[in-house]
Amino acid sequence: MSFDAEFRNQQFKSVGSRPLRPDGIDKVTGRARYGADFNMPGQLVGRVLRSPHAHARIVRIDTSRAEAVKGVKAVVTAADLPDLTNGDAELLHILDNCMARTKALYDGHAVAAVAAIDAKAAREALKLIEIEYEVLPHVVDVDAAAQSDAPLIDETLFTGGVEPKPAKPSNVANRSEFGHGDVDAGFAQADVIVERSFRTEQAHQGYIEPHACVASCNPDGTADMWVCTQGHFVYRQICADLLGLEVSKLRVTSSEIGGGFGGKTHVWAEPVALALSRKAGRPVKLVMSRDEVFRASGPTSATSIDVKIGARKDGTITAAVAHLRYTNGPYPGMWAELGAMTSFACYDLENVKTVGYEVLVNRPKVAAYRAPSAPMAAFAVESAIDELAGKIGMDPVAFRIRNAAKEGTKSSYGPVYGPIGIGPTLEAAQSHPHMSAPLGPNQGRGMACGFWFNFGGQTCTDLNVNADGTVTLAVGTVDVGGSRASLSLIAAEELGIAYDDVKAVVADTATLGYNDMTDGSRGTFSSSMATISAARNAIDVMRHRAALTWDIPVEDVVWEDGHAKARGENYGNLAPLSVKDIAAESGKTGGPIAGHSELVADGAGVSFATHICDVEVDPETGATRIIRYTVIQDAGKAVHPSYVEGQYQGGAAQGIGWALNEEYIYGEDGRLQNPGFLDYRIPVCSDLPMIDTQILEIPNPNHPYGVRGVGETSIVPPLAAIGNAISNAVGVRMSHIPMSPPRIRAALDGGAGS
Amino acid sequence: MASVSVSTTLNTDEVEFLCQADETLLDVLRNRLGLMGAKEGCGTGDCGACSVIMDGRVVCSCLVLGAEAQGKTIETIEGMAQGSELHPLQKKFIEHAALQCGVCTPGFLMAAKALLDANPSPTEEEIRFWLAGNLCRCTGYDKIVRAVADAAAEMRGEAS
Ligand code: FES
Ligand code: FES
Repeated sequence: MSFDAEFRNQQFKSVGSRPLRPDGIDKVTGRARYGADFNMPGQLVGRVLRSPHAHARIVRIDTSRAEAVKGVKAVVTAADLPDLTNGDAELLHILDNCMARTKALYDGHAVAAVAAIDAKAAREALKLIEIEYEVLPHVVDVDAAAQSDAPLIDETLFTGGVEPKPAKPSNVANRSEFGHGDVDAGFAQADVIVERSFRTEQAHQGYIEPHACVASCNPDGTADMWVCTQGHFVYRQICADLLGLEVSKLRVTSSEIGGGFGGKTHVWAEPVALALSRKAGRPVKLVMSRDEVFRASGPTSATSIDVKIGARKDGTITAAVAHLRYTNGPYPGMWAELGAMTSFACYDLENVKTVGYEVLVNRPKVAAYRAPSAPMAAFAVESAIDELAGKIGMDPVAFRIRNAAKEGTKSSYGPVYGPIGIGPTLEAAQSHPHMSAPLGPNQGRGMACGFWFNFGGQTCTDLNVNADGTVTLAVGTVDVGGSRASLSLIAAEELGIAYDDVKAVVADTATLGYNDMTDGSRGTFSSSMATISAARNAIDVMRHRAALTWDIPVEDVVWEDGHAKARGENYGNLAPLSVKDIAAESGKTGGPIAGHSELVADGAGVSFATHICDVEVDPETGATRIIRYTVIQDAGKAVHPSYVEGQYQGGAAQGIGWALNEEYIYGEDGRLQNPGFLDYRIPVCSDLPMIDTQILEIPNPNHPYGVRGVGETSIVPPLAAIGNAISNAVGVRMSHIPMSPPRIRAALDGGAGS
Repeated sequence: MASVSVSTTLNTDEVEFLCQADETLLDVLRNRLGLMGAKEGCGTGDCGACSVIMDGRVVCSCLVLGAEAQGKTIETIEGMAQGSELHPLQKKFIEHAALQCGVCTPGFLMAAKALLDANPSPTEEEIRFWLAGNLCRCTGYDKIVRAVADAAAEMRGEAS
């Protein structure tokens, strides 16, 4: 059935209110079950052995002594995960990352795993696995890895995206380019040019719940998995491909998820758990330790970025260029490409060019982290924009407003924008009381903008009207932060019933059609679209049932305010039928009532934000405190404003941590020095002020209610907003993230930003 | 290794269990007693997801041995509600949307309860420093601090 997704301006009854979330009670009473909170009869404990070397050839593995340990039921290595990827390089990289095949490519790379009756036996067995390594030279630094004399991570890799094909292999996996116009001509027209290089260090998503799963392979070739993931359908597909299972035979249930932020969109240990279970013939529970989470799962890229922007004295940007080098870990990705696409997306530019380089290094495989790749590019660009405004003598907000993208602007990455929120967020910032509040000594104010695309994608939803008129909504997008509440509001709105009459659940892979991940801020956007579509289909069924009850043509039955109503003069005495009325009779009028929907949610509206931040820098220690923070972002339509605010605040806090503290620190030996929350310090409660939010609503024309994704953009501006604030507080331009006390001290001493 | 026999008071019930001498209280709660509300976020005392109250003090149960529970009074998230009546902190966390993923929530509730038991009218600063041992990666803490302050006000009998 075709679905009309066009935005229709309407008065909302449910959408925009703030009801209690349906999973709240479970989560405040300890009853909610996360990845590690599930057990199966006869379950074994799985443990993974990891490489202590950043780069080493695996010469020999001997597992015999480990297998002999009492209580050990299976030991697996790469030999137990044969290559079934059929020439699919990306899939092979996932397999190799789950279990090193010929080389260990980073400190923490899995090389073997055991399943035993308890943790003690498993630990003992790990110690008895003998591995002979031939240690190879390694490289962890992005710029060093891009040099032609760097140790090669993959000897068969030639830089893609360049013509002609290079003669020598390289750690630069790919080059991508975006832009339009003539940047040389643009710079020739500039009165002032700012050119600067920036670096950002690698940060981790830092979800509090480590990766966890329980895998169970059965003798008949079927398998079950319980797992914390942002996308159980995608995990099913990848695990089935890697293990040679038919997709229908692997049933994956997503647990409650204790944070993901992109890090739980990639499989890590799940195929290993399945391989262990297959070999042992028993269910296996595999839970990562925090050390493993840091060493072996999802950090973002470290980057090195050069930016050059020119403007006329009147404040018009004439040309902008960025070269962006992003670490990918040991396998090719598209992280620099995303950085190159997002760099200048906030601005309306005549001449713009961005070039991204994907750089392989001996660090864990990079995973998405909330608006992946955009914060680093925004740090570089928004710092340079601020500096340029200063040189021209313009207010930084006014300068940005003058150059802001608007409806009809050809974006720097290609598409032409529809109605967008960058201008409105800037204007809201300009008139926000925060902008004119007084500042004390050593304090400074900064602001910056951010952009994220947002995604839509494949989505499938079931809406069942129960006999008592209440509604069960089964969705396939994992609820990472309140989407069951939002989607219940959407169903209630479309059907015209009370929020409390809708119960949303996340269905497993056997009970609903395929759904893409909850990523790209798509959860509420795409599932709300599918929910509206499913509700409209259910309404059609209910109109037919009412027509049958009244014995009138269905064309004469309309749906209004949660009721079927007979339209036309002849039907004056027919009382409207509510959902409850119709549901109560459903057994007699044709059976159960349901609405189903499967669609590709197109038209995710792009998202923009402007952040304002006040800092106080202690010039003696170089320590920075955030004393006030304001997030202004376009939500399209805030379905449940409390959870929209929560996304804004959470993203800002993650950005603050990254800006001031968080970084992967490697030793000379290529080993990660700080794989724990003590030394990789994320913001705690006493580090932060309240985070004020202002929600703007510029409707997305491609969604019936105007909804845009809201989850990611909030992490994009903080790095630059804080850098700009520090610059205004103590007069040094910071160019290296995190802006930790030693870096600020060094900048104060030497005037350089690193 | 021989097992240790332990008697303790857990959420007002007398409980006995056997555990290994090197087994943490967190593992005992989760694996032996079926109380999975306390979470392991780090296992090293850095995240607070495993917080429980022992003899009135918040502790990281990953840093306490099961054997140390002998003769002590332990409170966990599972004992916070009185029957079907939620504790004001639990109610306010839901009302204020003070949880997103919720994995940190049991630990925060335990820590916040110990705070309000000791100090019924904490300032924002006192709340922030008291809760500084509990990590939340989702919320930015804003709504958590508000929920705790509001619960404190309600428990003092002030209208919110
Ligand atoms: S698990 Fe105990 S403090 Fe993190
Ligand atoms: S709500 Fe997710 S860690 Fe706190």
